[in-house]
Amino acid sequence: MITLGWLYVPAGLLFGAVALRSALDRANPKRLGTAAFWGLMALSLLGGDWIGDVGNGLLVLGLAGLAGFGFVGRGTSDTTSQERREHSAARLGNQLFLPALVIPLTALVGTLAWNYTPLGQSGWIEPKRETYVFLVLGVILALGVIAVWLRPPVLAPIEEGRRLLDAIGWAAVLPQLLAALGAVFAVAGVGDIVGAGVRSVIPGGSVFLTVCVFALGMAAFTMIMGNAFAAFPVMAAAIGVPLLIEDHGGDPAVIGAVGMLAGFCGTLMTPMAANFNLVPAALLELKDQYGVIKAQVPTALPLLAANIAILYFCAGLA
Amino acid sequence: MTWLPLLGILIVVAGFALRLNPMLVVVAAGLATGLLAGMNPVEVVAAFGKAFNDNRIIAIVWVVLPVIGLLERYGLQQRAAAVIRSFKGATTGKLLLLYLGYRQLTAAIGLHSTAGHPQTVRPLVAPMALAAAGEPSPEEAEKIKAMAAATDNVGLFFGEDIFFAIGSIVLIQQVLKADGYDLAPLQLALWAIPSAIAAFAIHGARLWWFDRKRRAR
Repeated sequence: MITLGWLYVPAGLLFGAVALRSALDRANPKRLGTAAFWGLMALSLLGGDWIGDVGNGLLVLGLAGLAGFGFVGRGTSDTTSQERREHSAARLGNQLFLPALVIPLTALVGTLAWNYTPLGQSGWIEPKRETYVFLVLGVILALGVIAVWLRPPVLAPIEEGRRLLDAIGWAAVLPQLLAALGAVFAVAGVGDIVGAGVRSVIPGGSVFLTVCVFALGMAAFTMIMGNAFAAFPVMAAAIGVPLLIEDHGGDPAVIGAVGMLAGFCGTLMTPMAANFNLVPAALLELKDQYGVIKAQVPTALPLLAANIAILYFCAGLA
Repeated sequence: MTWLPLLGILIVVAGFALRLNPMLVVVAAGLATGLLAGMNPVEVVAAFGKAFNDNRIIAIVWVVLPVIGLLERYGLQQRAAAVIRSFKGATTGKLLLLYLGYRQLTAAIGLHSTAGHPQTVRPLVAPMALAAAGEPSPEEAEKIKAMAAATDNVGLFFGEDIFFAIGSIVLIQQVLKADGYDLAPLQLALWAIPSAIAAFAIHGARLWWFDRKRRAR
Protein backbone atom coordinates (compact mmCIF):
# COMPACT_ATOMS: atom_id res chain seq x y z
CA MET A 1 0.00 0.00 0.00
CA ILE A 2 1.26 3.48 -0.85
CA THR A 3 1.37 5.41 2.42
CA LEU A 4 2.19 8.98 3.31
CA GLY A 5 5.71 7.78 4.13
CA TRP A 6 6.38 7.08 0.45
CA LEU A 7 5.50 10.66 -0.49
CA TYR A 8 8.08 12.10 1.90
CA VAL A 9 10.79 10.47 -0.26
CA PRO A 10 10.43 12.58 -3.45
CA ALA A 11 10.04 15.72 -1.33
CA GLY A 12 13.11 14.76 0.74
CA LEU A 13 15.15 14.04 -2.38
CA LEU A 14 14.19 17.44 -3.82
CA PHE A 15 15.30 19.24 -0.65
CA GLY A 16 18.50 17.15 -0.59
CA ALA A 17 19.37 17.99 -4.20
CA VAL A 18 18.64 21.66 -3.58
CA ALA A 19 20.94 21.54 -0.53
CA LEU A 20 23.78 20.03 -2.59
CA ARG A 21 23.42 22.58 -5.39
CA SER A 22 23.24 25.39 -2.81
CA ALA A 23 26.49 24.21 -1.21
CA LEU A 24 28.21 24.49 -4.61
CA ASP A 25 26.72 27.89 -5.50
CA ARG A 26 29.65 30.28 -5.03
CA ALA A 27 27.51 33.26 -6.05
CA ASN A 28 25.54 32.87 -2.79
CA PRO A 29 27.52 34.43 0.07
CA LYS A 30 25.45 32.37 2.53
CA ARG A 31 25.78 29.13 0.59
CA LEU A 32 26.74 26.93 3.57
CA GLY A 33 23.90 28.15 5.79
CA THR A 34 21.45 27.78 2.90
CA ALA A 35 22.71 24.26 2.20
CA ALA A 36 22.45 23.32 5.88
CA PHE A 37 18.88 24.65 6.06
CA TRP A 38 17.57 22.65 3.08
CA GLY A 39 19.72 19.70 4.17
CA LEU A 40 17.94 19.61 7.55
CA MET A 41 14.60 19.59 5.72
CA ALA A 42 15.82 16.64 3.62
CA LEU A 43 16.87 14.85 6.81
CA SER A 44 13.46 15.49 8.38
CA LEU A 45 11.57 14.12 5.37
CA LEU A 46 13.82 11.12 4.73
CA GLY A 47 14.85 10.21 8.29
CA GLY A 48 12.37 11.92 10.62
CA ASP A 49 10.98 8.61 11.86
CA TRP A 50 14.40 7.31 12.91
CA ILE A 51 15.95 10.21 14.83
CA GLY A 52 13.50 10.27 17.74
CA ASP A 53 11.47 13.13 19.21
CA VAL A 54 14.46 14.89 20.76
CA GLY A 55 16.42 14.49 17.50
CA ASN A 56 13.53 16.08 15.60
CA GLY A 57 13.34 18.82 18.23
CA LEU A 58 17.03 19.64 17.80
CA LEU A 59 16.50 19.62 14.02
CA VAL A 60 13.74 22.20 14.47
CA LEU A 61 16.01 24.37 16.66
CA GLY A 62 18.64 24.13 13.92
CA LEU A 63 16.18 25.24 11.23
CA ALA A 64 14.94 28.15 13.34
CA GLY A 65 18.47 29.22 14.28
CA LEU A 66 19.75 29.16 10.69
CA ALA A 67 16.74 31.11 9.41
CA GLY A 68 16.32 33.43 12.39
CA PHE A 69 19.93 34.59 12.57
CA GLY A 70 20.20 35.26 8.83
CA PHE A 71 22.30 32.32 7.66
CA VAL A 72 19.91 31.44 4.81
CA GLY A 73 20.36 33.33 1.54
CA ARG A 74 19.27 33.31 -2.07
CA GLY A 75 21.39 31.54 -4.67
CA THR A 76 21.68 32.27 -8.36
CA SER A 77 20.12 29.47 -10.35
CA ASP A 78 20.85 28.71 -13.96
CA THR A 79 17.67 29.89 -15.71
CA THR A 80 16.53 31.80 -18.82
CA SER A 81 16.33 35.55 -19.45
CA GLN A 82 13.07 37.51 -19.77
CA GLU A 83 13.62 37.90 -23.56
CA ARG A 84 14.21 34.21 -24.12
CA ARG A 85 11.03 33.45 -22.18
CA GLU A 86 8.95 35.86 -24.29
CA HIS A 87 10.45 34.28 -27.38
CA SER A 88 9.85 30.70 -26.29
CA ALA A 89 6.31 31.54 -25.08
CA ALA A 90 5.48 32.85 -28.56
CA ARG A 91 7.08 29.82 -30.23
CA LEU A 92 5.48 27.13 -28.04
CA GLY A 93 2.04 28.74 -27.82
CA ASN A 94 -0.78 27.43 -25.72
CA GLN A 95 0.67 23.92 -25.65
CA LEU A 96 2.80 25.26 -22.81
CA PHE A 97 -0.27 25.04 -20.57
CA LEU A 98 -0.63 21.28 -21.04
CA PRO A 99 2.20 20.14 -18.71
CA ALA A 100 1.02 22.72 -16.13
CA LEU A 101 -2.46 21.25 -16.25
CA VAL A 102 -1.17 17.67 -15.94
CA ILE A 103 -0.70 18.12 -12.18
CA PRO A 104 -4.15 19.45 -11.18
CA LEU A 105 -5.80 17.19 -13.76
CA THR A 106 -4.09 14.03 -12.49
CA ALA A 107 -4.99 14.97 -8.92
CA LEU A 108 -8.58 15.73 -9.97
CA VAL A 109 -9.24 12.69 -12.16
CA GLY A 110 -7.34 10.39 -9.81
CA THR A 111 -9.26 11.56 -6.73
CA LEU A 112 -12.61 11.26 -8.51
CA ALA A 113 -11.78 7.81 -9.91
CA TRP A 114 -10.57 6.65 -6.51
CA ASN A 115 -13.75 7.73 -4.76
CA TYR A 116 -16.40 6.94 -7.35
CA THR A 117 -15.16 3.77 -9.07
CA PRO A 118 -14.28 0.33 -7.63
CA LEU A 119 -10.60 1.38 -7.84
CA GLY A 120 -10.90 2.78 -4.31
CA GLN A 121 -11.64 -0.66 -2.90
CA SER A 122 -8.29 -2.02 -4.10
CA GLY A 123 -6.59 -0.69 -0.96
CA TRP A 124 -3.46 0.38 -2.85
CA ILE A 125 -3.36 3.79 -1.19
CA GLU A 126 -3.54 4.83 2.46
CA PRO A 127 -7.13 6.01 3.13
CA LYS A 128 -7.81 9.76 2.74
CA ARG A 129 -4.35 10.38 1.24
CA GLU A 130 -5.25 9.65 -2.38
CA THR A 131 -5.17 13.29 -3.54
CA TYR A 132 -1.58 13.66 -2.31
CA VAL A 133 -0.55 10.43 -4.05
CA PHE A 134 -2.12 11.59 -7.32
CA LEU A 135 -0.55 15.04 -6.89
CA VAL A 136 2.92 13.49 -6.70
CA LEU A 137 2.07 11.16 -9.57
CA GLY A 138 0.99 14.22 -11.60
CA VAL A 139 4.35 15.87 -10.88
CA ILE A 140 6.21 12.79 -12.15
CA LEU A 141 4.03 12.67 -15.29
CA ALA A 142 4.52 16.39 -15.94
CA LEU A 143 8.30 16.08 -15.53
CA GLY A 144 8.24 13.20 -18.03
CA VAL A 145 6.22 15.18 -20.56
CA ILE A 146 8.53 18.20 -20.25
CA ALA A 147 11.67 16.05 -20.52
CA VAL A 148 10.49 14.37 -23.74
CA TRP A 149 8.98 17.48 -25.33
CA LEU A 150 11.32 20.34 -24.39
CA ARG A 151 14.53 18.43 -23.55
CA PRO A 152 15.77 20.76 -20.80
CA PRO A 153 19.31 20.30 -19.37
CA VAL A 154 19.53 17.40 -16.90
CA LEU A 155 19.94 19.63 -13.84
CA ALA A 156 17.26 22.13 -14.91
CA PRO A 157 14.42 20.65 -12.77
CA ILE A 158 16.60 20.94 -9.64
CA GLU A 159 17.88 24.41 -10.56
CA GLU A 160 14.40 25.75 -11.33
CA GLY A 161 13.04 24.17 -8.15
CA ARG A 162 15.89 25.77 -6.21
CA ARG A 163 15.15 29.16 -7.76
CA LEU A 164 11.58 29.04 -6.47
CA LEU A 165 12.48 27.48 -3.12
CA ASP A 166 15.12 30.17 -2.54
CA ALA A 167 12.50 32.83 -3.33
CA ILE A 168 10.19 31.35 -0.70
CA GLY A 169 13.01 30.79 1.80
CA TRP A 170 12.20 29.90 5.41
CA ALA A 171 8.50 30.61 4.77
CA ALA A 172 8.44 27.12 3.21
CA VAL A 173 9.11 25.60 6.65
CA LEU A 174 7.15 28.00 8.88
CA PRO A 175 3.70 26.36 8.47
CA GLN A 176 5.05 23.09 9.85
CA LEU A 177 6.68 24.94 12.74
CA LEU A 178 3.40 26.68 13.55
CA ALA A 179 1.59 23.35 13.59
CA ALA A 180 4.18 22.19 16.12
CA LEU A 181 3.59 25.34 18.21
CA GLY A 182 -0.13 24.54 18.24
CA ALA A 183 0.66 21.11 19.66
CA VAL A 184 2.84 22.62 22.42
CA PHE A 185 0.04 25.11 23.24
CA ALA A 186 -2.39 22.20 23.53
CA VAL A 187 -0.10 20.21 25.85
CA ALA A 188 0.41 23.31 28.03
CA GLY A 189 -3.37 23.75 28.42
CA VAL A 190 -3.62 27.14 26.68
CA GLY A 191 -7.07 26.19 25.34
CA ASP A 192 -8.53 25.58 28.82
CA ILE A 193 -7.24 28.91 30.09
CA VAL A 194 -8.67 30.82 27.12
CA GLY A 195 -12.01 29.02 27.46
CA ALA A 196 -12.28 30.00 31.13
CA GLY A 197 -11.33 33.58 30.26
CA VAL A 198 -13.97 33.84 27.53
CA ARG A 199 -16.71 32.47 29.79
CA SER A 200 -15.96 35.17 32.34
CA VAL A 201 -16.72 37.99 29.86
CA ILE A 202 -20.11 36.64 28.67
CA PRO A 203 -22.83 39.20 29.34
CA GLY A 204 -25.79 37.57 31.08
CA GLY A 205 -29.17 37.55 29.37
CA SER A 206 -28.53 38.72 25.79
CA VAL A 207 -28.58 35.85 23.27
CA PHE A 208 -27.30 38.12 20.49
CA LEU A 209 -24.27 39.23 22.50
CA THR A 210 -23.53 35.60 23.40
CA VAL A 211 -23.56 34.74 19.67
CA CYS A 212 -21.20 37.68 19.05
CA VAL A 213 -18.76 36.55 21.75
CA PHE A 214 -18.84 32.99 20.34
CA ALA A 215 -18.10 34.09 16.76
CA LEU A 216 -15.57 36.79 17.69
CA GLY A 217 -13.93 34.37 20.11
CA MET A 218 -13.62 31.78 17.32
CA ALA A 219 -12.06 34.37 14.99
CA ALA A 220 -9.71 35.82 17.64
CA PHE A 221 -8.52 32.48 19.03
CA THR A 222 -8.04 31.22 15.45
CA MET A 223 -5.86 34.26 14.77
CA ILE A 224 -3.71 33.37 17.78
CA MET A 225 -3.43 29.66 17.00
CA GLY A 226 -3.22 30.05 13.21
CA ASN A 227 -6.05 27.63 12.47
CA ALA A 228 -9.67 27.16 13.41
CA PHE A 229 -9.21 23.50 14.29
CA ALA A 230 -7.48 24.38 17.56
CA ALA A 231 -10.03 27.07 18.40
CA PHE A 232 -13.21 25.10 17.77
CA PRO A 233 -13.07 22.56 20.64
CA VAL A 234 -12.24 25.38 23.08
CA MET A 235 -15.05 27.71 21.98
CA ALA A 236 -17.57 24.87 21.63
CA ALA A 237 -16.86 23.72 25.20
CA ALA A 238 -16.87 27.27 26.61
CA ILE A 239 -19.89 28.83 24.84
CA GLY A 240 -21.26 26.86 21.89
CA VAL A 241 -22.56 23.79 23.71
CA PRO A 242 -23.39 25.00 27.26
CA LEU A 243 -24.86 28.41 26.38
CA LEU A 244 -26.04 28.49 22.75
CA ILE A 245 -27.23 24.88 22.39
CA GLU A 246 -28.28 23.90 25.93
CA ASP A 247 -29.45 27.19 27.50
CA HIS A 248 -30.86 28.90 24.39
CA GLY A 249 -31.88 25.81 22.37
CA GLY A 250 -29.85 26.63 19.25
CA ASP A 251 -29.55 24.17 16.35
CA PRO A 252 -26.28 22.22 16.92
CA ALA A 253 -25.66 21.76 13.16
CA VAL A 254 -25.74 25.52 12.48
CA ILE A 255 -23.70 26.41 15.57
CA GLY A 256 -21.05 23.81 14.72
CA ALA A 257 -20.75 24.53 11.00
CA VAL A 258 -21.03 28.34 11.07
CA GLY A 259 -18.95 28.63 14.25
CA MET A 260 -16.10 26.92 12.42
CA LEU A 261 -16.54 29.28 9.44
CA ALA A 262 -16.40 32.30 11.78
CA GLY A 263 -13.00 30.92 12.74
CA PHE A 264 -12.00 30.76 9.06
CA CYS A 265 -12.58 34.55 8.90
CA GLY A 266 -9.86 34.78 11.55
CA THR A 267 -7.55 32.59 9.45
CA LEU A 268 -7.74 35.24 6.70
CA MET A 269 -6.38 37.90 9.08
CA THR A 270 -3.40 36.29 10.83
CA PRO A 271 0.30 35.79 10.00
CA MET A 272 0.07 32.64 12.13
CA ALA A 273 -1.71 30.95 9.20
CA ALA A 274 1.59 31.13 7.36
CA ASN A 275 0.92 28.70 4.54
CA PHE A 276 -2.12 30.70 3.41
CA ASN A 277 -0.94 34.21 4.20
CA LEU A 278 2.88 34.49 4.36
CA VAL A 279 3.94 31.74 1.92
CA PRO A 280 2.02 33.22 -1.05
CA ALA A 281 3.49 36.66 -0.27
CA ALA A 282 6.95 35.08 -0.63
CA LEU A 283 5.91 32.94 -3.59
CA LEU A 284 4.56 35.97 -5.50
CA GLU A 285 7.58 38.03 -4.40
CA LEU A 286 5.51 40.75 -2.74
CA LYS A 287 7.43 43.57 -1.06
CA ASP A 288 5.12 43.55 1.96
CA GLN A 289 5.10 40.17 3.71
CA TYR A 290 1.68 41.09 5.15
CA GLY A 291 0.33 42.15 1.70
CA VAL A 292 -1.98 39.14 1.35
CA ILE A 293 -3.44 39.65 4.83
CA LYS A 294 -4.09 43.33 4.05
CA ALA A 295 -5.93 42.26 0.89
CA GLN A 296 -8.08 39.85 2.90
CA VAL A 297 -9.15 41.94 5.92
CA PRO A 298 -11.83 43.91 4.00
CA THR A 299 -13.41 40.58 2.98
CA ALA A 300 -12.94 38.87 6.34
CA LEU A 301 -14.63 41.52 8.53
CA PRO A 302 -17.97 41.82 6.67
CA LEU A 303 -17.94 38.03 6.26
CA LEU A 304 -17.55 37.62 10.01
CA ALA A 305 -20.57 39.90 10.48
CA ALA A 306 -22.48 37.78 7.95
CA ASN A 307 -21.61 34.62 9.88
CA ILE A 308 -22.85 36.20 13.11
CA ALA A 309 -26.14 36.99 11.36
CA ILE A 310 -26.40 33.43 9.98
CA LEU A 311 -25.74 32.00 13.45
CA TYR A 312 -28.32 34.25 15.08
CA PHE A 313 -31.13 33.84 12.57
CA CYS A 314 -30.63 30.27 11.24
CA ALA A 315 -29.88 28.51 14.52
CA GLY A 316 -33.30 29.49 15.90
CA LEU A 317 -31.86 31.93 18.42
CA ALA A 318 -33.58 35.11 17.19
CA MET B 1 -5.49 27.77 37.28
CA THR B 2 -2.42 29.75 36.28
CA TRP B 3 -2.43 32.28 33.46
CA LEU B 4 1.32 31.96 32.93
CA PRO B 5 1.28 29.75 29.78
CA LEU B 6 -0.49 32.62 27.99
CA LEU B 7 2.82 34.50 27.95
CA GLY B 8 3.62 32.35 24.90
CA ILE B 9 0.73 34.00 23.06
CA LEU B 10 2.04 37.41 24.09
CA ILE B 11 5.46 36.54 22.61
CA VAL B 12 3.81 35.52 19.32
CA VAL B 13 1.69 38.68 19.07
CA ALA B 14 4.59 40.98 20.00
CA GLY B 15 7.02 39.14 17.72
CA PHE B 16 4.78 39.37 14.66
CA ALA B 17 3.90 43.00 15.43
CA LEU B 18 7.59 43.92 15.64
CA ARG B 19 8.22 41.90 12.45
CA LEU B 20 10.93 39.81 14.08
CA ASN B 21 11.83 36.63 12.19
CA PRO B 22 8.75 34.38 12.59
CA MET B 23 10.88 31.21 12.87
CA LEU B 24 12.56 32.55 16.01
CA VAL B 25 9.33 34.00 17.40
CA VAL B 26 7.54 30.67 17.08
CA VAL B 27 10.32 28.65 18.67
CA ALA B 28 10.70 31.17 21.52
CA ALA B 29 6.95 31.13 22.14
CA GLY B 30 6.86 27.33 22.13
CA LEU B 31 9.78 26.99 24.54
CA ALA B 32 8.40 29.65 26.89
CA THR B 33 4.91 28.12 26.89
CA GLY B 34 6.18 24.63 27.62
CA LEU B 35 8.52 25.75 30.39
CA LEU B 36 5.85 27.94 32.05
CA ALA B 37 3.47 24.98 31.99
CA GLY B 38 5.99 23.02 34.04
CA MET B 39 7.64 20.86 31.37
CA ASN B 40 11.41 20.46 31.49
CA PRO B 41 13.51 21.77 28.55
CA VAL B 42 14.10 18.31 27.03
CA GLU B 43 10.37 17.51 27.17
CA VAL B 44 9.53 20.78 25.41
CA VAL B 45 12.09 20.18 22.64
CA ALA B 46 10.82 16.61 22.22
CA ALA B 47 7.17 17.75 22.06
CA PHE B 48 8.13 20.32 19.42
CA GLY B 49 10.10 17.75 17.42
CA LYS B 50 7.35 15.14 17.50
CA ALA B 51 4.70 17.61 16.33
CA PHE B 52 7.00 18.90 13.56
CA ASN B 53 7.60 15.33 12.37
CA ASP B 54 3.87 14.51 12.52
CA ASN B 55 3.10 17.48 10.24
CA ARG B 56 5.49 16.70 7.39
CA ILE B 57 2.51 16.28 5.06
CA ILE B 58 2.61 20.09 4.73
CA ALA B 59 5.99 19.85 2.95
CA ILE B 60 4.83 17.42 0.25
CA VAL B 61 3.28 20.16 -1.88
CA TRP B 62 6.74 21.63 -2.64
CA VAL B 63 7.41 18.77 -5.09
CA VAL B 64 5.46 20.80 -7.65
CA LEU B 65 8.15 23.52 -7.70
CA PRO B 66 10.51 21.88 -10.26
CA VAL B 67 7.62 21.54 -12.74
CA ILE B 68 6.41 25.12 -12.23
CA GLY B 69 9.99 26.42 -12.43
CA LEU B 70 10.72 24.46 -15.63
CA LEU B 71 7.60 25.78 -17.33
CA GLU B 72 8.49 29.33 -16.27
CA ARG B 73 11.89 28.74 -17.89
CA TYR B 74 10.03 28.22 -21.19
CA GLY B 75 7.76 31.26 -20.71
CA LEU B 76 4.61 29.94 -18.98
CA GLN B 77 3.89 33.25 -17.19
CA GLN B 78 4.43 35.21 -20.41
CA ARG B 79 2.10 32.86 -22.29
CA ALA B 80 -0.59 33.12 -19.59
CA ALA B 81 -0.37 36.90 -19.86
CA ALA B 82 -0.56 36.80 -23.68
CA VAL B 83 -3.74 34.70 -23.61
CA ILE B 84 -5.49 37.17 -21.31
CA ARG B 85 -4.36 40.14 -23.45
CA SER B 86 -5.98 38.47 -26.47
CA PHE B 87 -9.40 38.67 -24.75
CA LYS B 88 -10.52 42.27 -25.26
CA GLY B 89 -13.09 42.35 -22.45
CA ALA B 90 -10.95 40.69 -19.79
CA THR B 91 -10.45 42.61 -16.56
CA THR B 92 -8.61 41.71 -13.36
CA GLY B 93 -11.84 41.70 -11.36
CA LYS B 94 -13.78 39.50 -13.78
CA LEU B 95 -10.92 37.03 -14.07
CA LEU B 96 -10.50 36.71 -10.29
CA LEU B 97 -14.27 36.44 -9.85
CA LEU B 98 -14.24 33.48 -12.25
CA TYR B 99 -11.39 31.89 -10.30
CA LEU B 100 -13.22 32.50 -7.01
CA GLY B 101 -16.24 30.59 -8.29
CA TYR B 102 -14.08 27.81 -9.73
CA ARG B 103 -12.15 27.45 -6.47
CA GLN B 104 -15.31 27.38 -4.33
CA LEU B 105 -17.03 24.81 -6.54
CA THR B 106 -14.05 22.45 -6.86
CA ALA B 107 -13.35 22.69 -3.12
CA ALA B 108 -17.02 21.96 -2.45
CA ILE B 109 -16.74 18.63 -4.26
CA GLY B 110 -13.60 17.64 -2.36
CA LEU B 111 -10.97 18.80 -4.86
CA HIS B 112 -9.43 21.38 -2.52
CA SER B 113 -5.84 20.14 -2.98
CA THR B 114 -5.95 20.35 -6.78
CA ALA B 115 -5.37 24.12 -6.86
CA GLY B 116 -3.36 26.41 -4.59
CA HIS B 117 -0.66 29.05 -4.38
CA PRO B 118 2.23 27.01 -5.83
CA GLN B 119 0.10 24.94 -8.24
CA THR B 120 -2.16 27.57 -9.79
CA VAL B 121 -1.77 31.10 -8.35
CA ARG B 122 1.93 31.75 -9.08
CA PRO B 123 2.12 30.15 -12.55
CA LEU B 124 -1.33 31.07 -13.93
CA VAL B 125 -3.75 33.20 -11.91
CA ALA B 126 -1.39 36.00 -10.83
CA PRO B 127 0.21 36.57 -14.27
CA MET B 128 -3.24 36.47 -15.91
CA ALA B 129 -4.65 38.96 -13.38
CA LEU B 130 -1.68 41.27 -14.02
CA ALA B 131 -2.05 41.02 -17.79
CA ALA B 132 -5.77 41.79 -17.57
CA ALA B 133 -4.86 45.07 -15.87
CA GLY B 134 -2.90 46.25 -18.92
CA GLU B 135 0.08 48.24 -17.68
CA PRO B 136 -0.28 48.41 -13.88
CA SER B 137 2.07 50.60 -11.81
CA PRO B 138 4.37 48.71 -9.39
CA GLU B 139 2.03 49.53 -6.48
CA GLU B 140 -0.99 48.33 -8.44
CA ALA B 141 0.85 45.16 -9.49
CA GLU B 142 1.60 44.46 -5.83
CA LYS B 143 -2.10 44.90 -4.97
CA ILE B 144 -3.24 42.69 -7.86
CA LYS B 145 -0.89 39.86 -6.90
CA ALA B 146 -2.01 40.07 -3.26
CA MET B 147 -5.64 40.01 -4.41
CA ALA B 148 -4.97 36.90 -6.53
CA ALA B 149 -3.62 35.07 -3.47
CA ALA B 150 -6.48 36.39 -1.31
CA THR B 151 -9.05 35.15 -3.83
CA ASP B 152 -7.57 31.64 -3.70
CA ASN B 153 -7.80 31.62 0.12
CA VAL B 154 -11.37 32.94 0.27
CA GLY B 155 -12.50 30.44 -2.36
CA LEU B 156 -10.83 27.56 -0.57
CA PHE B 157 -11.97 28.36 2.98
CA PHE B 158 -15.58 29.06 2.02
CA GLY B 159 -15.92 26.12 -0.35
CA GLU B 160 -14.20 23.20 1.34
CA ASP B 161 -16.64 22.85 4.24
CA ILE B 162 -19.48 22.09 1.83
CA PHE B 163 -17.67 18.82 1.16
CA PHE B 164 -18.74 16.53 3.99
CA ALA B 165 -15.62 14.34 4.14
CA ILE B 166 -13.17 17.07 5.14
CA GLY B 167 -11.16 17.38 8.34
CA SER B 168 -12.98 20.37 9.80
CA ILE B 169 -16.41 18.72 9.37
CA VAL B 170 -15.12 15.54 11.03
CA LEU B 171 -13.73 17.65 13.88
CA ILE B 172 -17.04 19.49 14.43
CA GLN B 173 -18.86 16.16 14.39
CA GLN B 174 -16.48 14.57 16.92
CA VAL B 175 -16.59 17.55 19.31
CA LEU B 176 -20.40 17.77 19.30
CA LYS B 177 -20.74 13.99 19.56
CA ALA B 178 -18.73 14.05 22.79
CA ASP B 179 -21.47 16.31 24.19
CA GLY B 180 -24.25 14.00 23.05
CA TYR B 181 -25.20 15.68 19.74
CA ASP B 182 -24.69 13.07 17.04
CA LEU B 183 -24.96 14.88 13.69
CA ALA B 184 -24.51 13.52 10.18
CA PRO B 185 -21.59 15.14 8.31
CA LEU B 186 -24.02 16.08 5.54
CA GLN B 187 -26.13 18.18 7.97
CA LEU B 188 -23.03 20.19 8.89
CA ALA B 189 -21.88 20.51 5.28
CA LEU B 190 -25.30 21.87 4.29
CA TRP B 191 -24.97 24.72 6.80
CA ALA B 192 -21.68 25.77 5.20
CA ILE B 193 -23.62 26.88 2.11
CA PRO B 194 -25.07 30.21 3.40
CA SER B 195 -21.59 31.39 4.42
CA ALA B 196 -20.18 30.27 1.06
CA ILE B 197 -22.77 32.41 -0.73
CA ALA B 198 -21.99 35.35 1.56
CA ALA B 199 -18.25 34.93 0.84
CA PHE B 200 -18.86 34.95 -2.93
CA ALA B 201 -21.06 38.03 -2.64
CA ILE B 202 -18.69 40.01 -0.40
CA HIS B 203 -15.40 39.14 -2.10
CA GLY B 204 -17.08 39.33 -5.52
CA ALA B 205 -18.33 42.84 -4.74
CA ARG B 206 -14.79 43.87 -3.84
CA LEU B 207 -13.48 42.48 -7.14
CA TRP B 208 -16.21 44.32 -9.06
CA TRP B 209 -15.32 47.52 -7.16
CA PHE B 210 -11.64 46.91 -7.98
CA ASP B 211 -12.49 47.01 -11.73
CA ARG B 212 -14.68 50.08 -11.33
CA LYS B 213 -11.99 52.04 -9.51
CA ARG B 214 -9.46 51.21 -12.25
CA ARG B 215 -11.90 52.20 -15.01
CA ALA B 216 -12.53 55.51 -13.30
CA ARG B 217 -8.84 56.34 -13.57
